[in-house]
Amino acid sequence: MGLDFTVLPGYFDALLLGSLWTIAIMLVSAVISFFGGILLAVIALYAPAIVRYPFRAFSFVFMGTPLLLQLFLIYFGLIQIGIDLPAFVAGVIGLGLHYAVYNSDIIQAGILAVDKGQHEGARTLGLSRGQTIRKIIVPQAVRTVIPPIGNNLIALLKDSALVSVIGVAELTLTSQLAISKTFRPFEFYIAAAACYYVINLGLEYGLRKIEKRVAVAR
Amino acid sequence: MTNEQPFIDVRHAQKSYGTLEVLKDISLQVSKGQIVAIIGPSGSGKSTLLRAINDLDPLTGGEIWLEDKQVNKDLPHRQYEKHINKVRQEIGMVFQHFNLFPHLTVRENITLAPKMLKGISDKDADKLAEEQLAKVGMSERIDYYPSQLSGGQKQRVAIARALAMKPKVMLFDEATSALDPELVEEVNLVMKALAEEHMTMIIVTHEMGFAESVCDRVLFMDEGVVVEEGPPEIIFKNPKNERTQNFLRKHLNG
Ligand SMILES: Nc1ncnc2c1ncn2[C@@H]1O[C@H](COP(=O)(O)OP(=O)(O)OP(=O)(O)O)[C@@H](O)[C@H]1O
Ligand SMILES: [Mg+2]
Repeated sequence: MGLDFTVLPGYFDALLLGSLWTIAIMLVSAVISFFGGILLAVIALYAPAIVRYPFRAFSFVFMGTPLLLQLFLIYFGLIQIGIDLPAFVAGVIGLGLHYAVYNSDIIQAGILAVDKGQHEGARTLGLSRGQTIRKIIVPQAVRTVIPPIGNNLIALLKDSALVSVIGVAELTLTSQLAISKTFRPFEFYIAAAACYYVINLGLEYGLRKIEKRVAVAR
Repeated sequence: MTNEQPFIDVRHAQKSYGTLEVLKDISLQVSKGQIVAIIGPSGSGKSTLLRAINDLDPLTGGEIWLEDKQVNKDLPHRQYEKHINKVRQEIGMVFQHFNLFPHLTVRENITLAPKMLKGISDKDADKLAEEQLAKVGMSERIDYYPSQLSGGQKQRVAIARALAMKPKVMLFDEATSALDPELVEEVNLVMKALAEEHMTMIIVTHEMGFAESVCDRVLFMDEGVVVEEGPPEIIFKNPKNERTQNFLRKHLNG
């Protein structure tokens, strides 16, 4: 049996819908990972030890264990303690937190790289420590680390395929369902890969736009 | 004027880093509207003294008073933070390296603190920014980012930013040292204009000519002490102390 790409058009709508779910997962978990990363970075650098250490343990666990396991734990495990999350929510929380930990490391480095004079400039105007961190330090740190955070987002996009295992009908699961009906794995995996590639191009385009916009404000 | 309370009163300021004593029992009174220059060799403690006045570098001994308020008051941590943030609003500071916020436009650099700390409206904040920028001759650049400005322009914006808080005192720590020679004058002119408005100022500087023409009083510091002080015509023309004489010999020729 040779290759037959003519099966694809019949599944166009399904693949499109799957792509949209993948984009939704990516965007929501990107937002979680970005703001979560900032929060974790600020805690790691500025919070008192009593707050810092529990969060460090949390980060360590999220970084040191497989994402797949984390997704299983959040989706299937939490039910046992009465937290029954929809698959999509469980998926974006898992992905988002996992990447928040990675982003946190990058943002911490960014914060430490902000010139000490910035802190002094703000404090002499009368801003408090918290105001200075929020309005002066973090915004600058984030601007300098947009490229590495962008790389994490691209990795996040690819890892979003893992969310298929808890039953979110995103691109990968959609193609698998199509394959189970048509027995055409090659065609559909190629199609799915093409969709990921296009989403990736869009993502990179967006990232480059953001980078350009902040370049002058550095 | 004779019985007037000092506006800024530094009483027996002492500062050590470990065993290194950087300020050794320095006292300094500045009355309202007075302009004081601090000169002295590198490492003599000029910046440390200036930065102690708004508690950027806390003293290890002595007191700083601004009018009837003690700046470095002994308070529990939280209360102290509140107190010092209030006091700092009244003390403008200008740094050698400007310390403008690069992620904000000129306008935002100026309006950030007044908006956050004084709760003024966007409209009033804009007006404030325009006023202050007009004062330093930077109105045209209101929507530029700092990276788009020259050093002299950056420093003028930094001065406008400090002035927007309506401070009672302005502190300058070598405001022109990082500038290309041809950009020094535009900043000096702004400082001179402030002097004409009788802004109370303490100016750490390496520019003897500027200190002589603008200041009411000059302090010569060396190794953490005020070696000699007096009106500029005495300090620059007829210094009594040998260390002052040596220092000036090097700097007036250069
Ligand atoms: N954080 C610090 N830790 C240890 N020593 C310090 C610290 N800050 C300053 N010093 C020391 O304090 C002394 C006075 O420094 P300061 O910066 O006040 O000198 P300065 O008169 O402003 O010199 P310059 O003209 O070079 O700016 C110097 O010997 C310096 O090495
Ligand atoms: Mg200095």
